[in-house]
This record gives sequence, C-alpha cells and structure tokens, in this order.
Amino acid sequence: MDFAIFEQYGPSLLRGFGVTVLCWLLGTVFGMALGLVIALIQRYAPRWVGWIIQIYIEVIRGTPFLVQLFVLYYGGPLIGLRLDALPAGLLGLTIYGSPYFAEIFRSGFRAVPHGQIEAARAIGMAEPAIIRRILLPLGLVSSLPALVNFSIILTKETVILSIITVPELMYQVSRMSTETFRYLEANLVLALFFWALVETISRIGHRLEARVTKHLIEERT
Amino acid sequence: MQASSVEISKVNKFYGPFHALKDVDLSIPPGKVTCLIGPSGSGKSTLLRCINFLEAYDSGEIRIDGDLIGYEVPGKRMSGRRLREMRRGIGMVFQQFNLWPHMTARENVAEGLIRVRGMSKSEAESRAGEALTKVGLADKMSNHPSRLSGGQQQRVAIARAIAMEPRLMLFDEPTSALDPELVGEVLNVMKTLASEGMTMVVVTHEMGFAAHVADQVAFMEKGELVGVDSPDRILHQPQDPRIQAFLRTYHERNSI
Repeated sequence: MDFAIFEQYGPSLLRGFGVTVLCWLLGTVFGMALGLVIALIQRYAPRWVGWIIQIYIEVIRGTPFLVQLFVLYYGGPLIGLRLDALPAGLLGLTIYGSPYFAEIFRSGFRAVPHGQIEAARAIGMAEPAIIRRILLPLGLVSSLPALVNFSIILTKETVILSIITVPELMYQVSRMSTETFRYLEANLVLALFFWALVETISRIGHRLEARVTKHLIEERT
Repeated sequence: MQASSVEISKVNKFYGPFHALKDVDLSIPPGKVTCLIGPSGSGKSTLLRCINFLEAYDSGEIRIDGDLIGYEVPGKRMSGRRLREMRRGIGMVFQQFNLWPHMTARENVAEGLIRVRGMSKSEAESRAGEALTKVGLADKMSNHPSRLSGGQQQRVAIARAIAMEPRLMLFDEPTSALDPELVGEVLNVMKTLASEGMTMVVVTHEMGFAAHVADQVAFMEKGELVGVDSPDRILHQPQDPRIQAFLRTYHERNSI
C-alpha cells in the first residue's frame, strides 16, 4: 500500500467527490419532485392516464440504469436530444429515481387514514387545500424513512455516470488507477468517501424523522 | 341559530349487487334530535353519510331546507363547488374522531375557518378558542391529538364542526370508539348542543341517549327503515317484532 500518490491525485479526487455529491443531490431532488408529481397524478387523474404512467414506471424499474443512460446519451442525439455528460447524467438519475420515489409517495399517501381526508371534505375544504394541508404533510411523514433509504441507494448509482464521462468520483478513481496501477488504494478511498456520504445522509434522515413524527406518536406511559 | 330540516325520500344505495338502502323515507324536523338505531350493517351509517353526500346515493332525493344535495337534478351530479357550499352548513362527527394529527387542537378547529370560511389566522384562532372552551377544553388548546384522551379528541372534533356554525349536525357513532368512562363527557356536550336547538342526526348504540335526548328515533334493519316514532314508543312499546327482537338482545347484553 502506498498512500503517497494521494498528494498528486488528492485534488482531483476531492473534485470528483464534489461532482458526485452534486449529482446525487440534484438527481435526488429532481427525482423526488418528478416522483411526487407522478404519485399525485396517479391518485387524481383518470384511469387511462394512470395506465400510461404505470407503463413508464414498469419500463424504468424493469431496466438497468446503465442501459437507460446509454440510450439517453448515445440514442438521444438521434432524436435531437444532444446533452453534455453532466446534464445527461442528471437527467438520467432523475428519470431513473422517479418511479421508485413515485411508489414511495403512493404508499405514503395510502397510509393517510381515509377518515382524515373525509373530515376535511365534510367541512367543505376543496381538494387542493386538502392535498396541501392534510395529504402532503401526513403522506410525506410516512414516506420519510423509505425516501431516505432510496436516496442512500441513489448515492451509489452515481458511479455509473462515469461510463458517460461525467467527472465524478468513480471517474477520477478509474483515471488514477489506470495511470498508477494503485487499484486497491484508489478504490479504498472511493469506499471511504461513499461511506462518509451515506453516514451523513442517514444521520440527517434520522434527525428529520424524529422531528416530524414528534407529535404523531401516541404518548406511552 | 338557524336550524335545517332534512327530507329523505325513496333513497336507494347499492354497493355492487348489495342493496344497502332500500327506499328509505325519513323526515328530520328542524331543531330536533333524530337518533338512528339498529343492528350493525343495517345501513344507518350509510344513510347518515348520504345526508352530506360523503356517500353518493343512487336514487331518490335528500333535500336540506328544500335543496337537493349531491345532484343538480336527479341523476346529474352537482358541481364540487356547490357541494362544498352545502357541506359548509353541515357538521359531521365521526366514530374515529378523524382529527388531523399534525395539528394542535386549536389548529384542527381553525383549519376549516381559514380554508373554507376565509378567515384570517388570528380571527380563526380566537373563534377556535371559543369553540374549544364551549366543549370544555380551554386548557388543552395547544395539545396535539396524541396528547388527548379519546373523549377529549371527540370533543375537539365536535368543536371543529360547530366552529363552522352549521345548521345541521351529523354524528356517526360518536361514542362507540370510547372507553366507557369517557362516553359521558361527549354525550354531555351533545346534550348541550341539542338544548340550543341544533338539528341533530345521531347514529348511536347509546339507548340511554336516544331515550332521554332524542325527539324521534328511527329504527333500521337490512337497509330498510322499519319505524320512526317518539323514543318512548320505539324503545318502550315497540310494535314491530324486529324492533322487539333488537331491544331484547340489547337488554340481555346490558343486564348485569
């Protein structure tokens, strides 16, 4: 083991990690947003729209991320969608994550007792207000553990972006490995970075959960 | 306070092939308490839920102060906006309370005033405070439902309904989910409401409440309205054998 080479490659690895975090963060935020929209459409739109969305969910969930990314990056130009590596990667992550997030939100919404929605209808609240004030706050809280869990899974999917030359951590690690033949050291550092990222997300997730469920849990005496 | 009347005529409701309400006729006079009793599965909750159209009836008419609810004309659904307007005048209290767990007692009561009546937050909260005081919960306003007993939660639910100043109140087994020692506090609030001249329709298994507070009692079985009369004549001198059988079971179960 020789860790002296990190003097030379440290900066590029750090930059790579920065790109990884950026890709993960934006991909997660956009993927969640798209997933939320999908889940809401599924709940309120007519049945045939639901079927179309169901096909989208099945296709995206049923194929590997690597393949989706290839299709997007190399097939995109054929239909005029010419993207640089980074935007293509972000779009790919967003699309890849969205059906999983949609399913998480759907089950979160289902966990909101129907009676609480009916109580809002009974006093004459309109559906948009019911969504904003009742369905979303309660549904999001019950979705939270699964959201954090899938966000953690997504961190590790970002390594696939290296295939289309997004300069994230895996990309930098591969470059360093092939230039120095220090495969073990390079990949150990990669593992360390990911572990730190995942640990951070998981801690934030637990704090958030404790905070938002504070009033929802029956007092046990 | 203005009190509504309800006219139910020839109402039918199906769940698939199951005939849940069969040609139900019932007249609910303004300012009076009507109790719906009968065995479980008899359709009394379904009928109650048809009155504010949480449940859509398939045929017949339900009129509140003469206005058909749920349909513009028989067979044609009314707009969501019109339905919401009609529901504003109808309060409902559920068996499972259905408070919103992420809001305090005061926020639960204020929510409808803000979103439906368009009040400012401060006005709504002071109005919510009055309603909660009326049901005896002045000291619990900042509690979330998880920090309230079942009886207190149900009283918050009643406050949530009356804060909207309804002209008609629907109660769907309001005490059935409560521990026996908590039933009284909820029934007392309901008695106060009744004495103020609120039109009330109450689905209940509390025969004592029906006997002492109701102005009329309607007995349902298997989707049919078997009889409507004064509490005394339904509960103490029932003519119909189905009512007699129901009361016999009730008395057997409740004798010590």
